[in-house]
Amino acid sequence: MLAMNFRGPKRVRASQMPMPEIKHPEDAIVRVTRSCICGSDLHLYNGNVPDTRVGTTFGHEFTGIVEEIGSEVTKLKVGDHVLVPFNIACGRCVFCKQGMFGNCHESNPQATAVGGIFGYSHTAGGYHGGQAEYARVPYANVGPTVIPPGMDPDDAVLLTDVVPTGYQAAEMAGIQPGDTVVVFGAGPVGIMAARCAWLFGAGRVIVIDHIEYRLEFVRNYAKCEAYNFRELEDPVLFIKKTTDWIGADVCIDAVGAEAAGNAMQTITGRKLLLQAGSATAVHWAINAVRKGGVVSIVGVYGPTDNLIPIGNVLNKGLTIRANQASVKRLLPRLIEHVQNGVIDPKALITHRFPLEEVADGYRIFSAKLDNCIKPVLIPPSAGM
Amino acid sequence: MEPTITTDRTQLKGWGIDADPKNDPTYPMRHRTDQDHAGYSWERPTQQPIDIEVLHSNERPNVSAVFGTASPPSGLSGVIRRFAFKYSENSYLHWLPLILADRVNVVEGVLDDLVHGHVPNIFVEKGYKAQWKYDRTSLILKLATVALVAGGAVALLTGKKTPKSKHIRSAR
Repeated sequence: MLAMNFRGPKRVRASQMPMPEIKHPEDAIVRVTRSCICGSDLHLYNGNVPDTRVGTTFGHEFTGIVEEIGSEVTKLKVGDHVLVPFNIACGRCVFCKQGMFGNCHESNPQATAVGGIFGYSHTAGGYHGGQAEYARVPYANVGPTVIPPGMDPDDAVLLTDVVPTGYQAAEMAGIQPGDTVVVFGAGPVGIMAARCAWLFGAGRVIVIDHIEYRLEFVRNYAKCEAYNFRELEDPVLFIKKTTDWIGADVCIDAVGAEAAGNAMQTITGRKLLLQAGSATAVHWAINAVRKGGVVSIVGVYGPTDNLIPIGNVLNKGLTIRANQASVKRLLPRLIEHVQNGVIDPKALITHRFPLEEVADGYRIFSAKLDNCIKPVLIPPSAGM
Repeated sequence: MEPTITTDRTQLKGWGIDADPKNDPTYPMRHRTDQDHAGYSWERPTQQPIDIEVLHSNERPNVSAVFGTASPPSGLSGVIRRFAFKYSENSYLHWLPLILADRVNVVEGVLDDLVHGHVPNIFVEKGYKAQWKYDRTSLILKLATVALVAGGAVALLTGKKTPKSKHIRSAR
């Protein structure tokens, strides 16, 4: 089968790989119909995540048609069209039982700090991902969800990560009616977080980024304010001034390790890898939030250390909340929102690439070329 | 040293007197259950047969019930990865060797390609075709910089040799 094949930092290709097999009685094999490139895939693509092995297929946002099921799969049948949450979750460990499906303890032998994630290095379990014609889906009774009749597959594929992650960013922030919410990052997750902040009753939503076309997009999509930090003297000072010198009630980091905006963070975090990515966004979030405020982190960082002003967290009495999105927990509500037209995920998709052109897709998304917001890969056997 | 565990916290003076379950900063990420403090006690799923080498974190007692089978450790990078997994996720000796192993693995990948008669098309793999289409200027700048640095390095290396050999000759 054709699959994305990681060859080294900033080097990928589509090549023939072995077909996935049932390895466990709760496995399913799906024929992939849509697969996105996620902003967090860029951390792998750039070589920033330890234990990213050559020959691995990325891709944790995908939909597919069930082709084969293991002997203990009871909730799916061959032919079902499913959306596959990016978390691999057993559904019965102490964390899954608490609804923390992004923190499963029975899906990742290599690290205890993170559950299994499709196509996200051996640090997240060593699974091949969905940027392929076929994918192995473990715990098929738990994660994969049949796409409701009538739902556009483009909406469905964004329910596997982008929508739940943006929604959970706003949910974790504990937004109270009238709160001022600042979202750092106008990528797909930041755009969705800004949109969802309104659903929790925000009084004002501000997005900070430096890519002009993305700022324009989020202004229109999320009906929020959006500012280019390159045009501000200091983004933190700007937020203080615009909140009557108090600070935002809530700050959301929707950027993670690839953040721009601070030369020292960029050099030590992205170029020299002396820290686990550039922590510029979380640094700004801590400093821009009001005393007693909440910082919600969904931007992805590596597993080692980052330079952040932890002293200010103490002195300001902040609450920091962070997690990988618990997709399965959130899906029922989010499916409802999509069906009722409250959220329009597919509007984020700007580019479609045949899987054969995966290298171009990564380059365009990574370098933010051609006004790219969200790219989708279509395998040759997708059939739709 | 073994940690000291207080088996009956209710006997501690003042234990729980200010507890307020509604004041839970983890809500709604976490729904508390009666098994919250039962440790590693759940009924485990069927174990996936371990028929490849799986390196597992020493912060857990076993291999998780399911695991990925992409790219088992091999070659020199595999040796480095095995070393890394002797150390916990808390240690730099875990993560830094893994990053080193990733870089070694890239070279192994190129060699593996060549052994299998495949010459990697770096221009295509790096997506330069797309960059040529949408951002030609920075691609040209990047390639020119690489050429300049490489040319400079070659000139520096070859330039050093000539005067040194002349000096040796004249000294003789």
